[in-house]
Amino acid sequence: MADITITEKEQLVHGEDHGHDHGHGHDEHHGDKYQSSFIDRYLFSLDHKTISKQFLITGMFWAIIGAGMSVIFRLQLGFPDADISWLQPLLGGWIDIDPSTGAGKLSPDFYYALVTMHGTIIVFFVLTAGLSGTFSNLLIPLQIGARDMASPLLNMLSYWFFFLSGAILLFSLFLNTGPFSGGWTGYPPLSALPQASDGSKGGMTLWLISLVFFVVSVLLGGINYITTVLNMRTKGMTMFRMPLTIWAFLVTAILGLLSFPVIASGFFMVLFDRALGTSFFLDEIYIAGEALTERVGGNAILFQHLFWFLGHPEVYIIILPAMGIVSEVLAVHARKPIFGYKAMVFSILAIGVLSFLVWAHHMYMTGLNPFISNIFVLFTLIIAVPSAVKVFNWIATIWGGNFRYNSASLFSIGFVSLFISGGLTGLFLGNSIIDIQQHDTYFVVAHFHVVMGVSAMFGMFAGIYHWFPRMFGRFMNETLGQIHFWGTMIGAYAIFGPMHYQGMAGVPRRYYSFDTFQAFDQFDAMNQFITVAAIIVFFLQLLFVINFFYSIYRGKVQTEMNPWGATTLEWTAPIKAGHGNWEGDIPHVHRWPYDLNRYPDREFILQTEPLAEGEVDGGSSH
Amino acid sequence: MTFLFIIIAVLVAVFFVQIGKARELASAIREDNSEEYENNNFQAAFGMVFMVGFLVICVVSFIYYIPYILGWGPNTAASKHGPSVDYMFNITLFFTAIVFFACQFLLFYFGWKFRGRKGVRAIYWSHDERLEMVWMLIPAIVMTFLVVGGLRAWNTAMADVTDKEVIGKDYIEIEATGMQFAWMIRYPGRDNKLGTKHFTKITGTNPLGQDWTDEKNIDDFQPSDIVLPVGKKVRVRITSRDVLHNFYLPQFRVKMDAVPGMPTYFVFTPTVTSDSMRSRYKKFDHWNIPDKKDETKKRYEVFEYELACAELCGRGHYSMRRVLKIVTEEEYENWLDEQEKTSHYMANVFEKDNSPIKQKANDFKKLLVNKEKVKDALGKVVALAAKASPTESDKLNNAVTELKAALKITRKTLNLQESENATAKALSVAAAVLPSENTEEKDKAPQDSVKTEPKKAI
Repeated sequence: MADITITEKEQLVHGEDHGHDHGHGHDEHHGDKYQSSFIDRYLFSLDHKTISKQFLITGMFWAIIGAGMSVIFRLQLGFPDADISWLQPLLGGWIDIDPSTGAGKLSPDFYYALVTMHGTIIVFFVLTAGLSGTFSNLLIPLQIGARDMASPLLNMLSYWFFFLSGAILLFSLFLNTGPFSGGWTGYPPLSALPQASDGSKGGMTLWLISLVFFVVSVLLGGINYITTVLNMRTKGMTMFRMPLTIWAFLVTAILGLLSFPVIASGFFMVLFDRALGTSFFLDEIYIAGEALTERVGGNAILFQHLFWFLGHPEVYIIILPAMGIVSEVLAVHARKPIFGYKAMVFSILAIGVLSFLVWAHHMYMTGLNPFISNIFVLFTLIIAVPSAVKVFNWIATIWGGNFRYNSASLFSIGFVSLFISGGLTGLFLGNSIIDIQQHDTYFVVAHFHVVMGVSAMFGMFAGIYHWFPRMFGRFMNETLGQIHFWGTMIGAYAIFGPMHYQGMAGVPRRYYSFDTFQAFDQFDAMNQFITVAAIIVFFLQLLFVINFFYSIYRGKVQTEMNPWGATTLEWTAPIKAGHGNWEGDIPHVHRWPYDLNRYPDREFILQTEPLAEGEVDGGSSH
Repeated sequence: MTFLFIIIAVLVAVFFVQIGKARELASAIREDNSEEYENNNFQAAFGMVFMVGFLVICVVSFIYYIPYILGWGPNTAASKHGPSVDYMFNITLFFTAIVFFACQFLLFYFGWKFRGRKGVRAIYWSHDERLEMVWMLIPAIVMTFLVVGGLRAWNTAMADVTDKEVIGKDYIEIEATGMQFAWMIRYPGRDNKLGTKHFTKITGTNPLGQDWTDEKNIDDFQPSDIVLPVGKKVRVRITSRDVLHNFYLPQFRVKMDAVPGMPTYFVFTPTVTSDSMRSRYKKFDHWNIPDKKDETKKRYEVFEYELACAELCGRGHYSMRRVLKIVTEEEYENWLDEQEKTSHYMANVFEKDNSPIKQKANDFKKLLVNKEKVKDALGKVVALAAKASPTESDKLNNAVTELKAALKITRKTLNLQESENATAKALSVAAAVLPSENTEEKDKAPQDSVKTEPKKAI
């Protein structure tokens, strides 16, 4: 607390200087000399708004690829006997053709490659870069009243490292031996030994290089977000006057900065094990007819510690921005302040701290000393407390509101619903005794898809529909958006709901086919149902894509500067804001961001409006 | 075909876009907010419909899938620690179900009740510390129960065997080694000790890399099925020889990674034999349908416990199946008798081996022969006793008891002298009760059989 107070005071002074500077220099921003050519404006742009669009569109590209992959491997799970030779033009040699019948079947290698790529792409490219990259970039400068990021250059590099990382992974899809196929967690020795599987050959090397570049991208972005939030808030924007989005992005960036380097070290060790003959993760291995007598003394479990030390904060890196977005969207559309602003801030901070103390709950069944698990069970279930507070506060935000239904607010409600459902199943898995049975079953698949996969996507959708006018000066089509919402909402539960029952029955995940085991081979109809639902939901997302691109050019034009009646600074900038965001002085802040319906005669009061005489700031009454 | 799909997709998209445009136009023409309020009503009501439908489906599907849920009907655990897993699962299910139904209901109900309406304003309610404290404490208290209950069960379930417990008597130890893509199972044999092994010694004929200078390896055998006696504590030593695997026995609530270079273990006690499990399943509809692989039989009839791999290990991950049979103590002993003959050392190494343990191996061979002889004699006496008259049966039953005692010794002992003594005694007991021509033949047999029949015995 003491620290925050000191920074606040510094910020006041600093913010003033800053605003002043830019006030004088604003002419330079008008016909920005850095954005004169097409390349500077759209490709190597330094403008955070353009970079955010780059992140978003790249993220959407990857989302379509990642989700499309899941449709293909769901075909195998739902209809294992179906002839899919018609997919041969797309997948080529990965379809095994039975020479006698001519029927095509997905090869197990490619099934596992698809599962691996689906996980990698969605977790890193879509939900980390696509979500946090898009909205941190768009909203941090606009909502704290800064003209751009602390370092626009690093910001641009962050995107281009992400782009490079994606390009490398995309390239690995076209290798002869295929992309990496050992699961998105990349556990050695499977990932460290090229002889262990086809995917562990060139595909794995490219996977590692790609993700190392991705880590660079996250670090460049993260350090920028943190610096910007801490140093570039406008005058009056104290820490506790920041919208919850900014708090979420700040904590997300801190988590990323502390955890991604750890996994980078793990990736380098795997690279060394693969290329330099080290044995960080190898011991007593006999593979492909040969005992690796020189490769001893390592421990495969060590990698899992490094991986999950990133991996667990990573799920909060994914969900926190979505939480921030949803808090903001719910408040604005309920026309009410977010309930318990400070409790929301402290629960974000608590989740951030606790997320570093729970990584081994992914490893209860790895042979970890059972005593160690006690500590991780404790911390894991403690995380449920701040998460529960957030859920109750969201529900309380709706209570007494005048709730405006549109695509953005619907997706926010959907987010809360999914977060409740998926969060509660986490209580089963976090408790090590239940994890004995549920670990690595479909229960886990259902849990993390609901709680961090789909719900983070919902947060992202909410953000896109809500801030689309801020990005493009037009609105997305509401009818299409609402059809998209209900289809996706019902579809998501239809896909992942049944998987809970499969998991309870003990069906393990990452099985190419269930017919070897009598115990697992009893859900044919359910698997078909899930696959059909997945296909429908996938094509429904194309509706969103169509809506998105159509609306950029032909959507309803934004005429009011503040169409949602929000209070935050991003709506005080011109509709077509240039580089630098505000013409003239940057706005100063005088009140907290949730003065919605505070006075009978005022539906909302912008943060820039000075406090009336004797008026107390809404946020300080806590 | 693909082309057709694309055309249909495009048409559907065009359809939706046109609807969207039409509605936008309509609202623009009306030039008021009534469109927005109508939409609020519609969406909020749809939210309620969705919520009710969703919660009803949750309840209905739960009832339908009860036979698949941990701790219910057929899916109750078959091990000693298993019920504690099932119990914690259901306790958690109970608490989470309350929160789930309450929160989902309130979320959509509030969404409906507080939908935007004309002339209505939102209240200004920024926080309520007392309320927030309440809903922080409630989950905290529930979590305390779950953590305490869970950890108590966990530490019991995961406890290793203690120093006081005697291997072979209080528990048995077996070994499971994962490889791409199969499980190799090793039993310690009658010495109850797994022989040493090292990965550098792995060859085509020595898949585990057993050390043939270690006499503990002489009697280790590698069966195709895992067979375990019901009610006996088992410590499974879990290893891997290439990549990560996971030793997963769903019905026993057993799961543990197999890590190359780092042996792990799982201790559990099976409580339900395969046969009892079949009769349990018989009562349930979804086990009374024809089996997929053998359509002439019902599913419960062909049921076997299965060992699976639960850690992605490569292209064949999904096919690492082993059958596990839980049998009575007696069936287990008989199975051991058969399996002892298949010792990997005796079958593959003994003939061409000149190692220091050859002498021990010869002794082991004699131990097996003695056991076979006693067993053979016991079988004959039992057969005789079955059809004997009441007057004779007392004498025969006494003989059976004595032979059984001798069999117990010859099955367990590692001491050749002890084995020989018990065998001699048993054979004389048998000779006294069996018809004479049989016993004469048997009398000669001991000396010969060692030299001439080893092949047959093994």
